[in-house]
Amino acid sequence: MALDQRKTDFTQVGTRPNRPDGLDKVTGKARFGADVTAPGMLFGAILRSPHAHARIKHIDTSKAEALNDVKAIVTRADFSDAIQPAPGLEGEQWNVLENVMAGDTALYDGHAIAAVAATSALAARDALKLIEVEYEVLPHVTDVDKAMAKDAPVIREGAADYSVPDGMHPNVVRYHESGHGDVEAGFAKADLVVEEHFVTEATHQGYIEPHACLAQLGQDGKGELWCCTQGHWYVQKNCAALLGIETSQLRVTASEIGGGFGGKTTVFIEPVALALSRKSNRPVKLVMSRPEVFRATGPTASTSMDIKIGMTADGIITAAQGTFRLQGGAFPGAPADMTAMCAFAPYDLQHVQQVGYDIMSNRPKQAAYRAPGSPMAAYAVESVIDALCRKLDLDPVDVRLKNAAREGTKASYGPKFERIGLVETLEAAKAHPHYGAPLKPGQGRGISCGFWFNHGGETSVSLSLSEDGTCQISVGTPDIGGSRASMALMAAEVLGIPYESIRVTIADTATLGYNDVSHGSRVTYASGLATIKAAEDAVAKLSKRAAAKWGIPEDAVKWEDGHAVPSGPNAGNFDPLPLAEITHDMGQTGGPISGHFEATPEGAGVSFATHIVDAEVDPETGKTAVTRYTVIQDAGKAIHPTYVEGQFQGGAAQGIGWALNEEYIYGEDGRLQNAVFLDYRIPVASDLPMIDTVIVEVPNPGHPFGVRGVGETSICPPLAAIANAVSAAAGVRLHALPMSPPRILAALEQQRASNS
Amino acid sequence: MASEHIKTSQSAGTPRLTVHLWSGLRRFAEGQELVEVEATTIGAMIAALKSAYPALAPALDAGVSVAVDGRIIAASLDEPLAPENEIYLMQRLRGG
Repeated sequence: MALDQRKTDFTQVGTRPNRPDGLDKVTGKARFGADVTAPGMLFGAILRSPHAHARIKHIDTSKAEALNDVKAIVTRADFSDAIQPAPGLEGEQWNVLENVMAGDTALYDGHAIAAVAATSALAARDALKLIEVEYEVLPHVTDVDKAMAKDAPVIREGAADYSVPDGMHPNVVRYHESGHGDVEAGFAKADLVVEEHFVTEATHQGYIEPHACLAQLGQDGKGELWCCTQGHWYVQKNCAALLGIETSQLRVTASEIGGGFGGKTTVFIEPVALALSRKSNRPVKLVMSRPEVFRATGPTASTSMDIKIGMTADGIITAAQGTFRLQGGAFPGAPADMTAMCAFAPYDLQHVQQVGYDIMSNRPKQAAYRAPGSPMAAYAVESVIDALCRKLDLDPVDVRLKNAAREGTKASYGPKFERIGLVETLEAAKAHPHYGAPLKPGQGRGISCGFWFNHGGETSVSLSLSEDGTCQISVGTPDIGGSRASMALMAAEVLGIPYESIRVTIADTATLGYNDVSHGSRVTYASGLATIKAAEDAVAKLSKRAAAKWGIPEDAVKWEDGHAVPSGPNAGNFDPLPLAEITHDMGQTGGPISGHFEATPEGAGVSFATHIVDAEVDPETGKTAVTRYTVIQDAGKAIHPTYVEGQFQGGAAQGIGWALNEEYIYGEDGRLQNAVFLDYRIPVASDLPMIDTVIVEVPNPGHPFGVRGVGETSICPPLAAIANAVSAAAGVRLHALPMSPPRILAALEQQRASNS
Repeated sequence: MASEHIKTSQSAGTPRLTVHLWSGLRRFAEGQELVEVEATTIGAMIAALKSAYPALAPALDAGVSVAVDGRIIAASLDEPLAPENEIYLMQRLRGG
């Protein structure tokens, strides 16, 4: 999409008006996934496997069915049998179905086995206890390195796709290799080569709102679904396929969402609720408990990584090599390819090679989590760069600037970069007061860069004007980060009416064309582009009405600050015509005035960030305190800067949790041991410093206002920036996340032992 | 990226494109890093690649993105291509 006329002067874009959903959310009026009811509604509950890996020999539901309160029980037999397995991600729909309800094998602790609909939530849960399942327990594996070892139990034969080289364990299901140059020749030119091994544990997206839905599906194949999701067209498409009904016959409405971060880009309970509704002929509400969220929805992948980087004495990287093994649960799909492609993307490298392995194990199916795969890569790579800088006594920002990718640089994943803003973030870091501020004794400072691709995706927006000159916009991307505000600002900019006169609604699947999920940092970019184009469509129609009123050619009218204005030598002399005067008569001058745009925009533009972190480590307890944090990121153009800053701060906060405390802990029995927030420790306010932000604006050439997505890149640098700060503060580098107090204490004790 | 509906036959004089393969793909294209096919759009290029190098078909059917002069085209098949473009196949991008 050629965008020859990118706007650079703004009147409303870049301001910070109140958020349109603010009052509803602080007064409790906003309706989330579990906030709706229907007459005659039943309550669903799901029976889950207590085993990490077990053949399901027999399910007896008769005792549960005999209860008066129980109105339906479903198992895998109640879903479509038309969906068949296939290797790799080609079989993704079967993978989704298999994850929603187990077939002949329970593949992880928490895997759904059967579900009940009853007259109360308590009755449904009680009925689960009466379902008898005969299991044959099978050997299991939950560790990424053990899962690809020769003697590992096979999760599913035939799951590997074309990409996997011969001779690998069947649990290795996808393989990626890319890069350029000759890394061995590059290492030979280095004055210092550092090679280190890193591991990271799986972390959960940690959204506060558990998955919830209300489903109605009749025997006629027509249904309605209300659910908490990042993408209701995806839900519609997949639920229809899993239930064997036509897509258009299922109308899906997205609720308000209490966080998603990538974890609500797929379906878990929605097809189950629909199956229960179809069988009971009643509406069914299904709400996950927190342990269910942890056990059966997507955490991110755990990793095992090897990084080797060579550097000259003056800080030039001569070669870089990485091997990234990602465990993504009992299904293909861990983003090993993304991890590999993002790993070295910030740097201009003559010799680089990256290899990624997607590995199955007996854990829940991983789901996207903000820049899926990239934060782990940045952790490993930026830790090694930090180690090189320390050993060579070089400034870590200067070294990154020396090696930074710029416009025209050949990216580590192949093509040359368009205009990018990494250098600007590094220069802003160097100039920031934080970077030069003195540290107190016991504190350390770390920095890291991060990279994410961003995404466009299928997008459709409709906009209509009211007689009073106000505007309503229907978008199809659930608002997970303030998009209703940013859409209203962009439309206000084009139309020339106040932000407050625009109401943005997330349309349901029956009232707008297909929209891709709110993921890939795509919403402000793609829905924003479509909103701008839809507003321009409406402006063209408004201008045409003005031309007709004045009796002049359409091209003799221009739009300025909310008014039609005659323009050009033959336009005549007319007073500017306000939008509201045109819409006031629109019923008598040609009918309603609307604007529309639909496309798959393909100019999302990649983005970079640089983070600065100060940390101090208590040598007695091993506890880390993050004492100062600064996020610097290229937003292209910040539409609503407060929301952009919120995304920056949110990425940093989640990164602090990932780096210091969050992890999936499995027992020897393959069962998850910390499936509640008391035991899975996300950061709370007292764990966080004030997170300072700097918005860099290097316009994206692919967006009319220059927007780059900001939602994901902000979680790429924190793991390494914090690790580098901890390393500087504690005097010892950890090679495993999270850097929890016991791990830090063990590292300190090992260091003391080796020193004495 | 489904490309079955793209016409594979190109008229005489169809521009010849140079396509860069990521290294994991090269074993499916006789070890080559650069392959040449005749096409004027991404869809036609993918069809031509499958025709010239059948072993690439599973990778192309599984989905690829294409970088054209550094701009990453995630999915569009009708994006125009010309011989002077720098064209890289990439693993299909996904987001969170």
